Amino acid sequence: MTKESAQNDRGTKRSAQNDKRALRKELNGYIIKVIYMKDFIGGEYDVIVVGAGHAGCEAALATARLGFSTAIFTLNLDNIANMPCNPNIGGTAKGQLVREVDALGGQMGISADANFIQSKILNRAKGPAVYSLRAQIDRRAYSDYMKYVLEAQENLEIKQAEVTGILCENQKIKGIRIHTGTVFYCRILILTTGTYLNANIIIGESKISSGPDGLLPANRLSDSLEELGIELLRFKTGTPPRINERSIDYSKLIEQPGDEDIVPFSFMSGELQIEQVPCYMTHTTAETHRIIRENLHRAPMYSGEIKGIGARYCPSIEDKIVRFADKESHQVFVEPMGLGTKEVYLQGMSTSMPEDVQLKMVRSLPGLEKAQIMRPAYAIEYDCINPAQLKLSLEIKGIEGLFFAGQINGSSGYEEAAAQGLMAGINAAMKLQNREPLVLDRSQAYIGVLIDDLVTKGTNEPYRMMTSRAEYRLYLRQDNADLRLTTIGHEIGLVTPERYNRFLEKRRLIQGEIRRLQNTILPANDRINDFLERHGSTKIVTGIKLYDLLKRPEMEYPYLKEIDQGAELPKEVIEQVSVSIKYEGYLKRQMNQIEQFKRMEERRLPEEIDYEKIHGLSLEARQKLNAIKPVSLGQASRISGVSPADVAVLLVYLESRKRKG
Amino acid sequence: MINDTIAGVSTAVGNSGISVIRLSGPDAFLIADKIFKGKYSVSEQESHTIQYGKIISNETNEVIDEVLLIKMEAPRTYTREDVVEISSHGGYTIASSLLNLLYSNGARPAEPGEFTKRAFLNGRIDLSQAEAVMDIIQARTQRVSKVAVKQLEGSVSQKLNVIRERIITLLSDIEVNLDYPEYDAEEITLAQAGKETTSIIIEIDSLIKSFHYGKLLREGMEIVISGRPNVGKSSLMNRLTRKNRSIVTDIPGTTRDTVEEYVNIKGIPVKLVDTAGVRETLDQVEQQGVERTIKAISDADLVILLIDISQGFTAEDHDLLNKILKERKPYVLCFNKTDLVDDKQKINDNINLYPDAIPMSISEDRGVDELEERIFGYATENSQDIDNQVLITNARHEGQLKKAKEHLESAYRASVSKMTLDMVALDLKAALEELGKITGDHADQDVINAIFSRFCLGK
Ligand SMILES: Cc1cc2nc3c(=O)[nH]c(=O)nc-3n(C[C@H](O)[C@H](O)[C@H](O)COP(=O)(O)OP(=O)(O)OC[C@H]3O[C@@H](n4cnc5c(N)ncnc54)[C@H](O)[C@@H]3O)c2cc1C
Ligand SMILES: Nc1nc2c(ncn2[C@@H]2O[C@H](COP(=O)(O)OP(=O)(O)OP(=O)(O)O)[C@@H](O)[C@H]2O)c(=O)[nH]1
Ligand SMILES: [Mg+2]
Repeated sequence: MTKESAQNDRGTKRSAQNDKRALRKELNGYIIKVIYMKDFIGGEYDVIVVGAGHAGCEAALATARLGFSTAIFTLNLDNIANMPCNPNIGGTAKGQLVREVDALGGQMGISADANFIQSKILNRAKGPAVYSLRAQIDRRAYSDYMKYVLEAQENLEIKQAEVTGILCENQKIKGIRIHTGTVFYCRILILTTGTYLNANIIIGESKISSGPDGLLPANRLSDSLEELGIELLRFKTGTPPRINERSIDYSKLIEQPGDEDIVPFSFMSGELQIEQVPCYMTHTTAETHRIIRENLHRAPMYSGEIKGIGARYCPSIEDKIVRFADKESHQVFVEPMGLGTKEVYLQGMSTSMPEDVQLKMVRSLPGLEKAQIMRPAYAIEYDCINPAQLKLSLEIKGIEGLFFAGQINGSSGYEEAAAQGLMAGINAAMKLQNREPLVLDRSQAYIGVLIDDLVTKGTNEPYRMMTSRAEYRLYLRQDNADLRLTTIGHEIGLVTPERYNRFLEKRRLIQGEIRRLQNTILPANDRINDFLERHGSTKIVTGIKLYDLLKRPEMEYPYLKEIDQGAELPKEVIEQVSVSIKYEGYLKRQMNQIEQFKRMEERRLPEEIDYEKIHGLSLEARQKLNAIKPVSLGQASRISGVSPADVAVLLVYLESRKRKG
Repeated sequence: MINDTIAGVSTAVGNSGISVIRLSGPDAFLIADKIFKGKYSVSEQESHTIQYGKIISNETNEVIDEVLLIKMEAPRTYTREDVVEISSHGGYTIASSLLNLLYSNGARPAEPGEFTKRAFLNGRIDLSQAEAVMDIIQARTQRVSKVAVKQLEGSVSQKLNVIRERIITLLSDIEVNLDYPEYDAEEITLAQAGKETTSIIIEIDSLIKSFHYGKLLREGMEIVISGRPNVGKSSLMNRLTRKNRSIVTDIPGTTRDTVEEYVNIKGIPVKLVDTAGVRETLDQVEQQGVERTIKAISDADLVILLIDISQGFTAEDHDLLNKILKERKPYVLCFNKTDLVDDKQKINDNINLYPDAIPMSISEDRGVDELEERIFGYATENSQDIDNQVLITNARHEGQLKKAKEHLESAYRASVSKMTLDMVALDLKAALEELGKITGDHADQDVINAIFSRFCLGK
């Protein structure tokens, strides 16, 4: 797109006579003629959400459910909540995010439970802090389901259109303009455009302007953002090829079944029982590696064709082979994309090699000798914003009412997107209600870690959530997400009475059982010692509390049935009780750390401070602090370039401000 | 916010030899009582009075120093908190052990400028001085970190980095399995994690022991007198200590083992080590002594290489010099027994070759003053920045190391008591964070970087 035509298309600065001018625009090789009607106003809403990906859906549902008239715009109605990459939801750290979204009253967990085809708990043996739920999802069904949820939602209108411009007056959001020229007004605008802005798809030597899955790109909105003074970044990601399963010889693959016991994502789902579909595993061979090495010069990453910054944690297969040259083989997983399709996803084979090379690569995998590629692997480049421009509420600094969520904030992943979408939606509503924004801190939720990382530290690659990013992960478990967050969701108004009552009941049972275990003392008799011996535990000579017995590493709660008549309790209650007893020492330590952390978070830094004027701050700290405008001393201390001495100086500064009154 | 008790040196440890150690915070009296024995306990002592007594280590029961202790109850104090000030005249070494004793009894090392900061936060210093306070914090920190960085440029920093790297590696081994459970890396077991942790603990222990920087302050400077047999080493030792501790004879090989003596050279505390003369020898006892000499050289802060110039600069002298150079030790060359050389040209020739060498005659007491001057110069040149702040930095670093070690021990306990890997990771990360406070690194980022650079992950 030429600079000139872009200028004409900017919603913000358009003048009346421009509206009438026809534009010629070269797009995807087609000449498109755009004639703007004069100021047709398509509607007026409290909130407009641009994008119906995982972020947009949560955002729009949240504001609509909180009673605000909302419109959601998407480039294509048939791809709502699309999963352009792996057909699964959850996994390490991401599973925790889904649970948190659910605990606050979000949608993703419920939708996942309604459309999964395989379920698994990862890390079962490695400790409660890292147990993570992951489900394979029927991609098409999920999208249809989500579309229906949106359609059925009161206060919510759904529209297919390309949003081309942002209307803003005196640094305040007014509305948007779409490709037809029609204008929509709103008080709050939430942008969740994912990977669509100025998106290019690269397959080997070919590069076209396109969104994922053959969907249209959005090539005009970036200009409007830049016009508003918003700094854009260019990121990249990629996806492996899809294969027709009919062309795979499954006898050569290793089956990967789901768990027998299905744990749902949503605290609302109760027991789930479905017939699960297996995944399969194969691996790369010496032949695969040879093919890749011989064709490296044709990979755009190496020829310099791709300029976007990719993430280290999802390198393409050619990356892996170059960087880890001594590894002889890599795992490849074959994952079904849904029940109604024979298309499967080849996890581990993400690449931007040309098609002919891709086919050779795929066919060098055991079992895939005759594979038919339905969609080739590709890399995609797109515009996103530098998230350091945001406040912790996800509103951008300097423009009233403009929020951002999802991949446009430099993150990556469905769950990361959903979490941000929900928070942006909640905070849009809070703003409309003149309430304080909801900011979860790093000790409350993965969501807090995610947003704080993005906003405070910025990112130079698509950001993925990992458990190692959370310093309090022993407390931020997937099993207690409701205990951590449902009260908050209730105060916000997103938690239904049904959910809230369930939660209260669960909490009551947990507390009751812990009390009972503390008050029940086992006598030191033969029966008990027999029991202990049976489970490889040391005998007792004096009475012991059930509570203390459970602290023994070899003792599990279910064993107690043999010697103790407690009430039948739901699984999730037992899990809570067990974890909080077994890891009491560690949990206490973590709670102490959290307390210290909170003290720093509670020292507020007023927004109007001009750090340039603070004596004693280092130069770098002044600049960084003025750019980020942290809300608390704690947040300030996490900004790179702000030293402990600078924090001490701030403390003194705060005190002197307080005394001045 | 302020609920802990801090300790630090509050006056510069100048030539006066008196240092005042200040303790401030709610537990100041309690902590002081644990290590101070006077007529009254500190708690009983009246406010704003001074008392004479002894500082006794409650670990070793050793008397550290005789001191004067001032007790000041809040709010009429510098910080407006309970304050104890202990004046000791023991110099760097004592001041530092006293501080360490306070740290191990519940005080926390004061941050640079923290007394002043507290004074301000508690309303003792008025607003007009706030800016000055902020300047002090920043300036002190900069100076301290400058010194710290300088100190870290040595073998300590290398060792520290090796330890950090090992923890990061172990952590990323664990974390990669936690964050990428399906990645086909070999899964690390609890037992392996425990084993590696023990081995890291040993390393960190040796670092704590060989804690070099600030050693000048804590233990004084260690100077080794080396040279071939019979060049006059023991004579020099006796001259410097003004004692006749080392046996002097004209028989080469008299000193068979290292002899140590503490001496104060122009105010610098010095541990002098007299060694067995180094030469090729078949005598077993002497051979062992020679080995010990080499070891002493490698431990020294400064080496005096004594040469009997009446014999010329011999091949054996050369060998010894090379050994010192190989250890990268700073050294002072002394050409002894100049009184025995008639032909002064012979000395001058050698001085031309080694212009830094000091001509010396111990029997005639020439050149020894110059050597003392040289030692003092060396000590002060390397410790220009030595003031109370450096002392704090050093002690703080050591404290950090000890805390890191505690976390590692906890990680080890978790691994043997069959806790899960995520708990072990928790402890390891805490250890890494303590070390990061010395090096200024961020644990989380390092581990994540290590995961991605070491393992091949992706879709
Ligand atoms: C090729 C590829 C590979 C990926 N690989 C991974 C991976 O390995 N792991 C991982 O976690 N995540 C991966 N992702 C990312 C994941 O798909 C996204 O993070 C997630 O879907 C982002 O959600 P979102 O809601 O922010 O945006 P999206 O799901 O991208 O949704 C954006 C929405 O905005 C709409 N839109 C955009 N612009 C406009 C406009 N101007 N007007 C109207 N509507 C507009 C679109 O129609 C769409 O509905 C990949 C994505 C792609 C495309
Ligand atoms: N003339 C002269 N004799 C000296 C001087 N310094 C030391 N001596 C003599 O040299 C002899 C050896 O002195 P020591 O001090 O025992 O030598 P050492 O280096 O300790 O010898 P070993 O312990 O045997 O290695 C003694 O007889 C000293 O008196 C000097 O400056 N001039
Ligand atoms: Mg001797």
